[in-house]
Amino acid sequence: MKAAVIVFPGSNREGDMARALKQATGHKPSMLWHADHELPAGTDLVVLPGGFSYGDYLRCGAIAGRAAIMDAVRAHAARGGLVLGVCNGFQILCESGLLPGVLMRNANLRFVCRMQHLRVERNDTAFTRHYARGQTIEVCIAHGEGNYEADDATIERLEGEGLVAFRYCDSAGKVGGAANPNGSRNDIAGIYSDRRNVLGLMPHPENLIDPLVGGTDGRGLFESLASAA
Amino acid sequence: MKARVVVTLKSGILDPQGKAIEGALKSLGVEGVASVRQGKVFDIELAGADAKLARAQLQTACEKLLANTVIENYKIDV
Repeated sequence: MKAAVIVFPGSNREGDMARALKQATGHKPSMLWHADHELPAGTDLVVLPGGFSYGDYLRCGAIAGRAAIMDAVRAHAARGGLVLGVCNGFQILCESGLLPGVLMRNANLRFVCRMQHLRVERNDTAFTRHYARGQTIEVCIAHGEGNYEADDATIERLEGEGLVAFRYCDSAGKVGGAANPNGSRNDIAGIYSDRRNVLGLMPHPENLIDPLVGGTDGRGLFESLASAA
Repeated sequence: MKARVVVTLKSGILDPQGKAIEGALKSLGVEGVASVRQGKVFDIELAGADAKLARAQLQTACEKLLANTVIENYKIDV
């Protein structure tokens, strides 16, 4: 598994992401700059980390989504290469056209920073093989704009084609209601592209890989990726 | 040449910021506010003098960056 993490001006979770990838794959990922034009040869996985790229100017992820390196990321995804976007990375994937829909301001207008349970919707993808289907995992969230919105036809397609990756739930696995931290349509926390080789999610699995910081439920995602290529 | 681009949320898209502003106006006692929707204004200086060309350039700018057409509409004034 050869991974590359893209760093934009204002990214701030790239270190956490690199640590999680190193732990699962045994190798440090390449760190690429937004102004680069090419991915290292043989890259299996491209990761867009969290943060506040370009200070969230214009719209979250809007300017990063049009950065020079994104053409290479789009080409990588079109070849079937794996792409993971977390938090601001998810916003960038939506703005770049790699995933449908948009992340709007949280419905309660507050930045939410807390532990959050998620339901793993399917475990037959490169990102989730090390989880069980329907498993409840506990990771953390930290975002002000995570309210997933798309038109009805897109939501219907995501649901019909099994492209919802994770949903917000409570500790008992009950989806929605008070467990939805941001007002996302259908309690969506993460979605796949049509071919399920691109995943975007708001929560931070990369921060839950060490018992020292509260849990290891995030490891499954990186271990799945490590065994995928 | 000066141009102005106004980007607004499409109707039906929930606008929590607009709602908060609406609530604040009401709590300030500003009367007659039925609803508020927040948008963005871009004042753009264009190098050329051809209005038709400018409009085409701004349309490209809107489609490529200034508006997210999933949720936003735009209006160009040259």
